[in-house]
This record gives sequence, structure tokens and C-alpha cells, in this order.
Amino acid sequence: MADSDGRQVDSINHSTEEDVKLQEVVQAKCEGKELTKEEKQRLRKEKKQHKKNKKDDRGPPEKEKEKEKASVLAPSKPATQSPAHKAPVPVNASASESPVAAEKPAKSKAEQRAERRARQDTERASKQGKKEGGQQSASSKPKATPNELQPVVKRLPEHIQVDDPAALKKLAKKLERQQVPLRSDYGYKVSLFSHLHQYSRKNPPTQQISIPATVIHPSIVRLGLQYSQGIIAGSNARSVALLHAFKQVIQDYSTPPNEELSRDLVNKLSPYISFLSQCRPLSASMGNAIKHIKKEISNIPSQCKEEEAKRRLQECIDSYINEKIILASEAISKYAIEKISDGDVILVYGCSSLVNHILCEAFEKQRKFRVIVVDSRPRLEGREALRRLVKKGIRCTYVLISALSYILPEVSKVFLGAHALLANGYVMSRVGTSQIALVAKAYNVPVLVCCETYKFCERVQTDSFVSNELDDPDDLIVTRNGKTHLENWQTVKSLGLLNLVYDVTPPDFVDLVITDLGMIPCTSVPVVLRVKNVDQ
Amino acid sequence: MPSLLHQFWVDLLQDLPRFTETLVKMPGADKETDLSERIESFLSELKRCGSGAGSLRGSAETARETTALLRRITAQARWGNAGDLMEIIRKEGRRMTAAQPSETTVGNMVRRVLKIIREEYARSRGSTEEADQQESLHKLLTSGGSSEDNFRQHFAHLKANVIEAINELLTELEGTTDNISMQALEHIHSNEVIMTIGRSRTVEAFLKDAARKRKFHVMVAECAPFCQGHEMATSLSKEDIETTVIPDAAIFAVMSRVNKVIIGTQTVLANGGLRAVNGTHTLALAAKHHSTPLIVCAPMFKLSPQFPNEEDTFHKFVSPHEVLPFTEGEILSKVNAHGPVFDYVPPELITLFISNIGGNAPSYIYRLMSELYHPEDHEL
Repeated sequence: MADSDGRQVDSINHSTEEDVKLQEVVQAKCEGKELTKEEKQRLRKEKKQHKKNKKDDRGPPEKEKEKEKASVLAPSKPATQSPAHKAPVPVNASASESPVAAEKPAKSKAEQRAERRARQDTERASKQGKKEGGQQSASSKPKATPNELQPVVKRLPEHIQVDDPAALKKLAKKLERQQVPLRSDYGYKVSLFSHLHQYSRKNPPTQQISIPATVIHPSIVRLGLQYSQGIIAGSNARSVALLHAFKQVIQDYSTPPNEELSRDLVNKLSPYISFLSQCRPLSASMGNAIKHIKKEISNIPSQCKEEEAKRRLQECIDSYINEKIILASEAISKYAIEKISDGDVILVYGCSSLVNHILCEAFEKQRKFRVIVVDSRPRLEGREALRRLVKKGIRCTYVLISALSYILPEVSKVFLGAHALLANGYVMSRVGTSQIALVAKAYNVPVLVCCETYKFCERVQTDSFVSNELDDPDDLIVTRNGKTHLENWQTVKSLGLLNLVYDVTPPDFVDLVITDLGMIPCTSVPVVLRVKNVDQ
Repeated sequence: MPSLLHQFWVDLLQDLPRFTETLVKMPGADKETDLSERIESFLSELKRCGSGAGSLRGSAETARETTALLRRITAQARWGNAGDLMEIIRKEGRRMTAAQPSETTVGNMVRRVLKIIREEYARSRGSTEEADQQESLHKLLTSGGSSEDNFRQHFAHLKANVIEAINELLTELEGTTDNISMQALEHIHSNEVIMTIGRSRTVEAFLKDAARKRKFHVMVAECAPFCQGHEMATSLSKEDIETTVIPDAAIFAVMSRVNKVIIGTQTVLANGGLRAVNGTHTLALAAKHHSTPLIVCAPMFKLSPQFPNEEDTFHKFVSPHEVLPFTEGEILSKVNAHGPVFDYVPPELITLFISNIGGNAPSYIYRLMSELYHPEDHEL
């Protein structure tokens, strides 16, 4: 009895607080100030709530509180999600989804504290300035006070929660709202990886889109298809292609009436990003690029004319590509060439555009060396690297990764590319890289990783299981001597094929990381990230 | 008239010994040509089976066929004393190992048979074997090189004894895989994750035996370019063992979840190291890094008195076409491609050897070798 009373009191309190805030918001709107994203969301929610309140007292307030709290506490994420967040307390989420619950669980002290914190944050954010978009309110904290520690509660990315049915349902709802097709998993997943997606290359999500696609821009559709079929592969290539597609989108974009370009364009980009992540999970470099673009878009002042704004954005994208990718690779080559001496035998793995560029530059600068290209099934990307190097005229040897112990006594240096550098010093790269680093360490051969700073990422990871990508398992099937042993692997219940895409290399295997900021040890990655954040 | 008939019978009786002699000689001559034919066909099969796709038949079969052939040589060749027999066998053994140097079981079986002959000879002579084996300084100084002439004595029952001992050896060979599989339950507990590489019939039998009573998960590294891991995986999954095929590049990535690594090998070297399929060294290093035990299932006939220091004779290569196919076009002429078949795994990375006589540490291999082979037979 007391409980229900308490709850009623709570809800009444909250509704009064809500009303107060609502007044604030309405006032702000009338005064013509820019609304933060939170406030706009809250406005919409209040309208909904008032409608629902006519039917049911207890309905949404808890739900909204959680969403609000979650949205504020989440750091700026490239894939914008509106209300469909994973609630920090799953019990409440499931409770809120049930239609009319006779009893609601009482609010715990922690939730109330969190709500109070959230409210304080929003008020601080609204006071700080109207420049930042709603997404940036969390990251404005580190900007304003770089010495403060970041909030710990982060939202888990969707692509590593495949085993959670609640998360899947939320994703499905979100995609439905954005009119993006949902891709279904394929084949038997190894139990260790049941939390990851596994798609088949034969069913790209573009098959489910009608032509002409009204919601998703055609260049994005094309890009998604190229990603899912593996036509565009490699961290730099994917980022550059993404940025070019965004340029096209911005070119074709026209602001609808009564909308701000800075708000609306960001919202337009969300379904595109969801679609692309359905085609293939976003890489760390793509994530950083998208973050940057969204920030730039949100920073466009409202007085700016549309043409001017578009031109500015195009320039900004061009300069990003130029600075972060092209000039960075020049800088890295300059540093790396100092490390290549005459008579060297250099081992490279797979096809890294950066490492290929370094080797070609070194060859042009008349360094005498030869290259050993190590390759692995099923992607066999090393053959592409081999073609490029041989075309340049560099002497090459080619082996598969199982012959590594045989070839390593001849090698003097190992150059590896990276997909991302994690904040705890681990290098995330193509699967097999950690193996090369391990065997090189056993033979005392120095391992140098080349990576641009825009691939540095704030995540931490210690093994290759929690966050990875599963490629099409049918790629492992091969026909030798006319026999295909794994042809009917789907029919055999206890047989599974595992086609990993990435793995993480511990920092003790890596001797040096060459970045555009200089040559740093693996453990200095968080320092670089901090410096970058303060600069920006 | 009776004198003519009488003459005929007398002639016949005179010719009869020669006639019967020819009757006896023809199968004898047949036997010899038959024997050399068999040896030739065995040699040509050895030469053929080495090219590509691993071995057409497992080493157990090769060992059995070699031993059977050696038994036939003992039975059918002409020899007067033990020394002659050993010479013949050594000569044939040299030809067989020259036909396929990487197939070491052939040489191992020849050495085993030589050791058998020595033992039987010593037993016939009545001297104890242990005294011969222990080489004290005193013995080395006083005996000198006297052992060679000892084999010139003729013993009537030597042939039968040697053939009987070789039959015992054959029985032992037939039971090796079963002996190894019987130990499976001592090493595999339930809900384990076991990793293996390529295809080994010994390991297959080992795992299938354990699967009858325990439930566990096997990860098979496919071992490019021949991808024999695929065959292994399909065969294991038919016995309802939870199997996963992983590419070679993912070995280190998944190693942190593996409880044991169980592999087979082509040869066990004299220092306890292995000569195994390529990719095994990487697997062993990854296991060492994660402190995962590495168990080698190898029957005793794979134990070879070679050491791994002969760099140029240790490796065997297959056609680079397997690595970089001809469809790659014009870059082929400008590129070196290598396709080594074997890897050397040093004994420090190995935890346990499981053989038909039980489990042993790698540091004990030298003792086992001294029991199986005589030191003078190490060089055929």
C-alpha cells in the first residue's frame, strides 16, 4: 500500500517537474533560442505523454526518464539512435514494454540519482551554449573540463548484442521506423560467437530495397552493396568511399521548409548509417569520420545560406580526406623510410594500402630491399599487394601464413597495417596479424605497425572474441582434386565454419607504431587520443 | 625289345635328378624375381606417393608394408649368416629411403628389423644383451671394433626366429592406433575445447574414442594449401563431435579459449622435436604463449634417429602452383613462391608425447630411441 502511494507521489512529483520543464522549453522556443536535441525530444515526448496520460497514469514517465537518461549519458556515437536505447536496467525495459502493468517496480535510489544527474547535465548544457547539437552534450564535458573523467556508462554497440532478443527487437523497430531493411543471419554460428552477426554474401540487404529507393540515397545504396560484396575493402578505402558518398548526399540535399540544415541533415544521415551498418559493420575509421562530419554539420550556424553551407561541408570533407588520410600517409612514409635500410628483407601481411605506399615510396627513393608477402585463406588479399608491388618493380616472394616459420629466419623487419588502435595499446587488424607478430617475436624480428591517427579508437579490448566481425562462412569451402569436403556443411549438425575478420595483437608483440604524429610505442595511444580531444 | 625299354627307363632314372632339380629351380628363380619385382613396385609406390597432397596412404600402412616386405626378404633371399642378412636388408633399406627421403617410417622399420636380427643372433649365441648395450669405458677400450665379425656364425634356427620376431613387430604395428586411442579418456575431460591442425589418423581415432564417453568441442585448423583439415572436420562431425573449421590465420585469435592442443606428426626426431605439417610451429608458439598444453599423438614407429640440423635435407617442398596458381598471370614470372610441407617444432614447446607404449615427456625420447634402434644402425 505504502509502495503504491509512494509511487503515485513520485509520479505526481515527476509530472509536476515535467510540467515545469515543459514550460521552460516552450518559453525557450518562443524566445527563438535554438532548442537542444534533448529539449526537442522532451517536447515531443511530453505531447505523447499527455495523450497517453488521458488513458493511463503510470504509462510512459519511467520509460522516458530512462531514455532521457540514457541518451544524455551516452557519449557521441556515430550511429545516432533515438529512443531505442538499451536501458541500463533491463528489467525496467521489459517492464515498460508490457502494455499496462498492474505494478511498476519502484524506482531505485540509483535511478533517481541518475535522473537528477541527467537533469543537471541538460541544464548545464543548455546554459553553456546553443552551438553544440544534442549529441555533443556528453562530449562537451571533456571539452570544457579536460581533466574530468568521462562518464563510465556507455551504450553497447548493437552489433555485438545479437544474442540478446530485447536488443534485436529494438533494432528491428528502429530499422522499421527508418525504412531500412533488416538483414537476417545465415548459417550455424559457432557458440563462442553467438553474440555477433553472421551474414551471407549472397543475400545483400540491397535486394530488399525497392527501386527507386526513396528513403536511402542511391549512392549510399551502391556503397552498401560494394561493402557487402567486398568490392571495397580495407579501412582507408572504405572511409574514403563513405566520405565521397556523403559528399554526393550533401550535394543532392535540399532543406525542407521549417527545418534547420544543421538539424535535419544529421537526421537524414541516420538511416543511411543504419543501412550501411546492416551491409557491413562500421569500422573504427568510418566511425571517426562520421563523428567528424556530424560535428561539422551541427556547427553550421543557422544564418548560413544553404548553398554556402553545402559548399562549406564539401570543403570540410575534402580537407578531412586530405589531411587525415593522404597527408598522413605521406608523413608516415617519411618516418618509415628512415627505418628501411639497404639489404633489408621486409615481411608484409595481406594488403594494407599504407604499407604498400611506404614500400613504393622507399623503392622510389632508391632503397635496396626485397619484400616477402604473406597471405592467408580465405581472403587471399596478399595477391593484390603482390600485384601492386611487382608492378612497381620490387622483388617479391610469396608464401601462405602456414609457411611463416620457414620463411621468418630470412626476414629482417615486419611491417604491418592496422584497422584500429585501441586505447589499451592493442592493435586491431586483419586476422592473422597477431600470429605474425607472435612468431616474429619468437624469432626476434622487429615488428612495426603503421597507422594513421584517425584510426585511433577509444574502445578497449583484450581478446578477439567480444567484438569482431564474422564473414560469410561459405568462403572457407574449397574444391581440391575435384573433391569439396565441406560442401554440405549446413546439413551436418555438429559442423561449423568460422571466418573471422579481425583479431587483436597485444602490445608486447609490437615494437613501434608509426603514425603521422611520429613514432610512438603502442602504449602511448591513449595519450594521443587525449591530445586529439583537447585540440578539437 | 625289353632291352630298349630297359634302356629308356635307365636313361630316365639317370636324368631324373637333373629333371627334379629343374623342377625345383624354377619356382626358386621365380621366387627371386618375384621378390625383386615386389621391391621394385614398393619403391615406385614410395616415389609416387610423395608428390603432392600429403601421403596417399598413412604412415601406419607404409610401416606395415615395409615390415612385410622385409619379412619376405628374410624368408626368400639367399643368406647364410646374420651378417649377410643384415647386409641385404641394409642395401634394400638404403634404396627405399633414397626413393622417398621424407618418408622416415621406412627407414625406421629397417632399423627395427636390423635390431631384431642382432637380438636374435645374440640370443642364439647365448650371450646376454644388456652387457652388449652398456658401453662402459672399459668395454670401449678393450672390445674395440669386434662386433662385426660376431655375425658370421651360422645358426639353423635364426631364420625362423627372425621371422617370428618380425611377425610380432607386425602385430605391434597393427595395434598402435588402438593402443593410443585407449589412452584418450585419461587426457580429455568433458566440455573441453581441443585444437588440432590438418589431418592425422591417429588423432582422429584418439578423439573419436574419447567422444564415445565425453562431450567436447574440437577446432580444426584447415592447414592450407592442401586443406586436409576439412576432411578431418567432416569425419569428426560424423561422430557427433562438435567441430569448427578455422582458417590458419585465426589460430592465435582463438587460442585463448582452447584448453588443449592435440596434434599428430610426421616424424619424431631424436632430440624430442617434431617434423610436422607446416603451420604446426605457429600453433605450438601460440599454445606456449597461452600456456596451453601441447600433446603429440605419435606411435613408436615414427621415432627416427635423425637430428634437425640438416637444413637442406630437412625441408620438402611442393609445387608453388598450390600456393600461387597459374591463373595469376604474368606476375608469376617475377615472383618466388614457396610451398614447404614440413615445420620443425623444438622440444621445448611440447608437453607430452602419447605413444602406444604410454605417455612420455620429450626429454625421455632419447632413451626410447636407444631401446628401439642399435646405435650402429643410425646410419643405414
